[in-house]
Amino acid sequence: MATFKDFRNSVKPNWCPGCGDFSVQAAIQRASANVGIEPHELAVVAGIGCSGRIAGYINSYGFHGIHGRALPIAQGLKMANRDLNVIASGGDGDGFAIGMAHTVHAIRRNIDVTYVVMDNQIYGLTKGQTSPRSAQGFITKSTPGGAIEPSLKPLEVALSAGATFVAQGFSTDIKELTALIEAGIQHKGFSFINVFSPCVTYNKINTYEWFKENLTKLADIEGYDPQNRELAMQTVMEKEGLVTGIIYQDLETKSYQEKVPGYSEQPLSELDMNLDEGQFNDLVKEFM
Amino acid sequence: MLHQLSWKVGGQQGEGIESTGEIFSMAMNRLGYHLYGYRHFSSRIKGGHTNNKITVRPTEVRSIADDLDILVAFDQETIEVNYKELTEKSIILADAKFKPVQPEDSKAPVFIVPFTEIATELGTSLMKNMVAIGSTAALLNLNTSVFQSLVDEIFGRKGEEVVKKNMEAIQQGYDIMSELLGDRVGEWELAPADGKRRMFMIGNDAIALGALAAGSRFMAAYPITPASEIMEYLIKKLPKFGGAVIQTEDEIAAATMAIGANYGGVRSFTASAGPGLSLMMEAIGLSGMTEQPLVIVDTQRGGPSTGLPTKQEQSDLMAMLYGTHGEIPKVVIAPSTLEEAFFDTIQAFNIAEELQLPVIIMTDLQLSLGKQTTEPFDYSKIEIRRGKIAFEDLEPTENKDYFKRYENTEDGVSTRVLPGTENGIHHVTGVEHDETGKPSESAGNRQVQMDKRFRKLEKLNFDTPVYVNAPHDEADVLLVGFNSTRGALEEVQERLTTEGKKVNHAHIRLLFPFPSEEMAALVNGAKKVIVVENNKTAQLANIMKLNIGGHSKTHSITKYDGTPFLPRELENKVKELLD
Ligand SMILES: Cc1ncc(C[n+]2csc(CCOP(=O)(O)OP(=O)(O)O)c2C)c(N)n1
Ligand code: SF4
Ligand SMILES: [Mg+2]
Repeated sequence: MATFKDFRNSVKPNWCPGCGDFSVQAAIQRASANVGIEPHELAVVAGIGCSGRIAGYINSYGFHGIHGRALPIAQGLKMANRDLNVIASGGDGDGFAIGMAHTVHAIRRNIDVTYVVMDNQIYGLTKGQTSPRSAQGFITKSTPGGAIEPSLKPLEVALSAGATFVAQGFSTDIKELTALIEAGIQHKGFSFINVFSPCVTYNKINTYEWFKENLTKLADIEGYDPQNRELAMQTVMEKEGLVTGIIYQDLETKSYQEKVPGYSEQPLSELDMNLDEGQFNDLVKEFM
Repeated sequence: MLHQLSWKVGGQQGEGIESTGEIFSMAMNRLGYHLYGYRHFSSRIKGGHTNNKITVRPTEVRSIADDLDILVAFDQETIEVNYKELTEKSIILADAKFKPVQPEDSKAPVFIVPFTEIATELGTSLMKNMVAIGSTAALLNLNTSVFQSLVDEIFGRKGEEVVKKNMEAIQQGYDIMSELLGDRVGEWELAPADGKRRMFMIGNDAIALGALAAGSRFMAAYPITPASEIMEYLIKKLPKFGGAVIQTEDEIAAATMAIGANYGGVRSFTASAGPGLSLMMEAIGLSGMTEQPLVIVDTQRGGPSTGLPTKQEQSDLMAMLYGTHGEIPKVVIAPSTLEEAFFDTIQAFNIAEELQLPVIIMTDLQLSLGKQTTEPFDYSKIEIRRGKIAFEDLEPTENKDYFKRYENTEDGVSTRVLPGTENGIHHVTGVEHDETGKPSESAGNRQVQMDKRFRKLEKLNFDTPVYVNAPHDEADVLLVGFNSTRGALEEVQERLTTEGKKVNHAHIRLLFPFPSEEMAALVNGAKKVIVVENNKTAQLANIMKLNIGGHSKTHSITKYDGTPFLPRELENKVKELLD
């Protein structure tokens, strides 16, 4: 059985020293080993951004696509091969700005893909512009007078969109993050995992220290029940989204694939592609 | 006895005009006639003038007819909009209900028939369409029994009573028309047909069926006119073959989802029209750069922007050839008949996999939505070729490095390995990359990979890049077109030939890479070249000049008012240019 070391490759990440994304990478590698899959049984599909490079840093099939489109690529891949483990990942700009529509609709659709957002509240790769996750008033290159728009609330959006799995992690807590990703991989349906992954170069507000001071672990809240959607929404609102752990999980709802009529149990990629003559002639006759 | 009949029914949208045309057509198909139907409709659901013009012949019909023999009108607007197409030999059948008025300069008389009244007396005004069909049958001197099996099929599940009522409506329409016609009975009788049933379908059906036959089991698409029928057909059929269609949130998702599914190993595609294609441009580049197969159908309609969403145009050509930033190898094909639409779709999937690149199938509204008869497609000609794919698990690579998915091979095509394959791990990225797919910005590698990607086109094996009917070594004129202008051009070639002109015709089916050699030979063999296309800026003519020159002898006939070319108008324009 593969260990997390088998998910390492020879590529040296070009992230800045101290970047939160290193830990996200490690957590994905550990979680993959923990759930017992082999490197070739995993595909990591990523968007564009510092975060997007992650697809090239894990020893697995990796697809580094275009900005904001990791999710549709990942969903197409999963539809083609339902036996494959598919993780999509990318930055907060990738998932909540240019790719926001895909995020909401992937959540609604509930295809069995695990989505890990590396949320640093800034655009890293393009060198420090505001992101939909930047706090109001945050001064960036593109908001010299401070961000005007309110910060997007991804957990609330996910819950409202009908998510069947919502979690949030913090990149320094690799243990918790690994467990969240494991749970996400094992969840039958779409799992949305937002991860606070500090950008040490362009975000001097939402630093490691800042998160440590402000985050609450759901595990520490007495009576918290991740299967209670109302409680999840209420808690997230009360804590202004600054919580970690499994926020909500719906164990009943079936994944998209289980609901699509006629969808093959066997991966589509393995089906016989040929129509036999009888089948073809029947189709032709329908037009006659 | 007529050798061609042109029949049109018109009224307000949402009033069953379509089904009237449909039932009439199906009956004629059963009798063995060849058909070409073209619908005029607007971008709204209820209301607004709509009509369905159907050209019927006992022999092959290639184009919408110039004139109209019979106009069935359910409102005055139908008469006003269409009477100019009528000749002295034509006739208007009009529903008494709207108190029809014959325009002063109408060459054809109006026969007033109580369609609605008869239908209402039989139980429901909805059956006015059946009454009109009955009256049409009287004009054509058809036996009403022709409709029995059709009515059984269409209304059978609603019960015997409904079937009986509908047949009765047809009979009464027939009887009253026969009476009204008096001694003109038989004037619109068509020469008999061979009694052989043919497929009767729209271009979009042919494409969807082609995708199914090509082994495509996944489609991602966003609805748009005139492409939606492709997804709608597959939504019905794919579940029977284990596959699925996802209606995505937009066309960017559709194209990228199709890329993801192709990467996963299932043939997948998307279909849209201009606005959707505009959104897909970045994804097309991704497919080219990452060498993931992708098939996209562009059903052209009137642009730009929302443009004329329900009207004919061929103005996406430049965008399809040159859209997407940077440079990628891609293939753009343009079928012009139902049979080509079917087999070219299969070719598109084969090429996309063999050469690992995006293939765009261009159609236009007239081909996508025009409903025509065609001989049943030949099963034995269906061929699936997937190119280089490693299906079995592989041996471990040297030093456990990544698999060389982008190996710099002689023909430029490297072996694909599908996710899930042991020892096949590699990286895929839209960033310039080395042979294992890892990002690389070195100048040397860039050139190697760029050349490798483009080298693949040299191996392109497209069956019949140009449809050619060129009987003359030294022609007076070469007529050139693409997509649905084919029939009108064939018609014009035939007419001018009988007048003693030497006319060659080339219809381009492979637009990129451009079949320069073949086209240059044809251009060289003609005194004049006339390029016919439904757009303002003569895009195809410009592509020809760009690729093969011939500037001084190349002329253009363009039309961009949203309506298709009819043979006679084209014939006149060609003649003007020849004088
Ligand atoms: C269509 C498109 N627009 C813009 C860009 C430029 N771009 C690359 S990454 C990025 C944003 C990165 O921010 P985020 O997604 O948060 O990732 P991070 O770098 O912070 O990890 C932008 C705007 C692009 N690559 N493609
Ligand atoms: S710029 Fe920020 S997000 Fe990008 S690698 Fe450096 S620290 Fe990480
Ligand atoms: Mg970011």
